Amino acid sequence: MNAEVRNVVVVGGGPAGLTAAIYAGRFGMSPLVLEPGLPGGKLTLIDRIENFPGFPGGIGGPELAQRLDEQAREYGAEFRAVAAEAIRRDGALIQVATGDGEVTARSVIVASGATPLRLGVPGEREFLGRGVSYCATCDGPFFRDKDIAVVGGGDSAVEEALCLTRFARSVTVIHRRERLRASEVLQQRALAHPLIRFRWSAEVIAVEGSDQVEGIRLRDRQGESLLPAEGVFIYVGIVPVTGFLGGQVELDARGHLRAAEDTATSLPGFFAAGDVRGKPLRQVATAVADGAVAAMAAEKYLTGDGV
Amino acid sequence: MGELQAVTDASFAAEVLEAEGPVLVDFWAPWCPPCRMLAPQLEAFAGEHGDRIKVLKLNTDENPATQRKYGVQSIPTLVLFEGGQEKQRIVGMVNRDELKRRLGLSG
Repeated sequence: MNAEVRNVVVVGGGPAGLTAAIYAGRFGMSPLVLEPGLPGGKLTLIDRIENFPGFPGGIGGPELAQRLDEQAREYGAEFRAVAAEAIRRDGALIQVATGDGEVTARSVIVASGATPLRLGVPGEREFLGRGVSYCATCDGPFFRDKDIAVVGGGDSAVEEALCLTRFARSVTVIHRRERLRASEVLQQRALAHPLIRFRWSAEVIAVEGSDQVEGIRLRDRQGESLLPAEGVFIYVGIVPVTGFLGGQVELDARGHLRAAEDTATSLPGFFAAGDVRGKPLRQVATAVADGAVAAMAAEKYLTGDGV
Repeated sequence: MGELQAVTDASFAAEVLEAEGPVLVDFWAPWCPPCRMLAPQLEAFAGEHGDRIKVLKLNTDENPATQRKYGVQSIPTLVLFEGGQEKQRIVGMVNRDELKRRLGLSG
């Protein structure tokens, strides 16, 4: 039996969760971070972050992850390599079920992040790992000197397309609109890149091949066509990870946790930080900001100062 | 529980294809962060089920022939071999419990 009650359990060890742990640690709250993967979360999959303030020239995602992890431990954060699976209110306390027993907490900071959105077209699932990928950093080197495609037009899609030019012979960006949504500096770099081509206003209908991906069936104003490609990297958005909350915390229309300016959710004692919450801009900079505010809000909640 | 034994292009036939029982091969590379996440899960799994399933790791950078032969284009990928044939393939990060469930070993 584990009767220990934690002041705050942080669900997720990405930039939001690690920053919450740094601040909560400095508040003397001895945070426990639940992260089944590597500390750093999605940071570990980002090749280079160019817009995180204070790092001119950029910083590698894994390096930033490691620094945040080190800083959280410096202030007494503990880590457990398990996922949160369910939550239950138990009077003033909260029980968090994990893959390895229950954890009892007075407050919870939900920083569980988001997973990539699927396109939902035929062939996408069948060819996963055989040409379909959601992680250029992981799989780019397998596509050396090959023609590949990237689906999407936001920051992630364009950043990954640029990263893939280090390996691929050509990268075709398939976007359903007439212009990119990515930030201006990324757009300019991609539009000027000799290895990157674009298919505008095009919709992916299917991923085709036999053993491996051989092409992508598209529909645009000219009708249907097959774009030959041996790999396709999909960056069309994200789905927040909220399943373990079992519908007990209010979501917004797009499925993100509804959270106030101070990160408080509809359920007392639960605070939301990072990609999992509804907000206008999803960046490492806004994730760490959320994490800091969430730690402050949890501390006020625990000391009864009101938030 | 310790580090997994490595298999190479040269030893793949003897260690995997001609093995008596089932063999689970972890296709990985040093530059792949999710592979580093998977490694401790797999070591724990091998510690628990190593008597029933042999677990080996294959570095795709150093053993491109096997990587290409099995069309592995995303790592980590786990492939279960039995009697020289591919029986099952799991792409991406999984934890120990999910791995047991996918391989039908839980409960």
